[in-house]
Amino acid sequence: MDHHPVVIELANISFAYPACQRPVINNLDLRLHRGDQLGLIGSNGSGKTTLFHIIMGLLKPTAGTIEFMGNGVRTEKDFQEVRKHVGLLFQDADDQLFSPTVLEDVAFGPLNLGKPRDQAVSVAQRTLDALGLKGFEDRITYKLSGGEKRLVSLATVLAMEPEVLLLDEPTTGLDETTEKRLVEILKGLDMTRLLVSHNLDFLAQTTHQITAIVDGKLSWDDAIIPHTHVHTHKHGKYAHQHR
Amino acid sequence: MIKEGVAYHNGAVFQIDPRVKIIAVFLFSCVVAVSSRFIVLGIAFLFAAGAVALARVSIKDLAKRLTTVNVFILFLWVFLPFSVPGKSISTIAGLAITHEGIVYATQITVKSNTIMMALIVLIHSTSILTLGHALHELRVPPKIVHLFFFTYRYIHVIYREYIRLLNAMKVRAFRAGTNMHTYRTFAHMVGMLLVRSADRGERVHRAMICRGFSGRFYSLKTFTFKATDLWVLLFSLALVATLGLLEWTTIL
Repeated sequence: MDHHPVVIELANISFAYPACQRPVINNLDLRLHRGDQLGLIGSNGSGKTTLFHIIMGLLKPTAGTIEFMGNGVRTEKDFQEVRKHVGLLFQDADDQLFSPTVLEDVAFGPLNLGKPRDQAVSVAQRTLDALGLKGFEDRITYKLSGGEKRLVSLATVLAMEPEVLLLDEPTTGLDETTEKRLVEILKGLDMTRLLVSHNLDFLAQTTHQITAIVDGKLSWDDAIIPHTHVHTHKHGKYAHQHR
Repeated sequence: MIKEGVAYHNGAVFQIDPRVKIIAVFLFSCVVAVSSRFIVLGIAFLFAAGAVALARVSIKDLAKRLTTVNVFILFLWVFLPFSVPGKSISTIAGLAITHEGIVYATQITVKSNTIMMALIVLIHSTSILTLGHALHELRVPPKIVHLFFFTYRYIHVIYREYIRLLNAMKVRAFRAGTNMHTYRTFAHMVGMLLVRSADRGERVHRAMICRGFSGRFYSLKTFTFKATDLWVLLFSLALVATLGLLEWTTIL
């Protein structure tokens, strides 16, 4: 997998919240290549969300360096550039959807990228269509159901056409049907992504590789590579039934 | 909690350019607020009532909204007739009721109801969204418009949070009473609500930054100014001018 260029590289990153002695992130290294689809699993408070916020420049690490496409990112200005290429889906859709209507919210990102109004609207509409949300344009964001909010949030991120997608607990509060729908959507997107979830089944379906955050580090010893085994048996007298 | 009136999408008043409606209601409210002659207030009241009828506001909605205002006015009626100095016309329990006091209270009552009716028509015939965009178009400072939008968007979220906290209290057998425990509990709840709202604000801001927000908002709405809008605007301006003329001269 090393032949693809490195998109995001974190080296020796540490982070501690004020008034908290133990660092949440402790000397963490992470290298994400183009096309990588990596899942992160970890207990509550293991720093998964913190890690995402550090990548986006929302939190300043106490130590370590961050590189994006081979260039070091340190200042707010550097991170503004990162945010144009990396999309983050927040854990709580209510944080992400702030515009009154769905269309306005989805068009918000493209407009910030400097797209003219008609282009922003058309990219927003295209994204909504692609996610099966046609006809949601004029819906009021706070009146959407939990599942709809999650999908619309995803649309708001995808409308910016990011190269890398960071998803923070995308299945929280979703029912089985919506979760399946999300899995299908993610399977259809081949962009580089980093996913955080408690839901191992979900990660197994949507990523190539799963690793754990343990004591503020990525633990490759605990990495899980989803794979399938060939299943053989004689197809004889008692051919079993797959139920 | 905050109910948006069912706007009649094909009603005549709904069709008017919201910018015109805002200007008309604003100027009308200003002139009514500073007027004191009953002839002016009476005419204004009739026009406001006419607009309410034209916008097809249901009696129930109208009554509900006006009741809120008039409860406050009721308090004025308790104090003003006794406290405004002037010619005494009667006494209750040794307290003199003055003519000036009654006039003053009546003025306030008519003014408030007239302005309130005008605002009800505005709210009833325009969605909150459109109102915000129209304010933006009218060059109202963006900060105020954003405050307006965010209040509208997050008041429901905060309200749900409030209900959640309230339910969490209820399921642990909390019953409000007149005692220290109740006061302390409510204080905790309000405090928690503030902290949560602040946190929410922080997270929303972060989510916006992640999508490239740099302090500028872009609006997707465009408004069209039609011939009818011009007529409505001219009519409103004429009405406001007439009311002003009647107030500051003695033609009638």
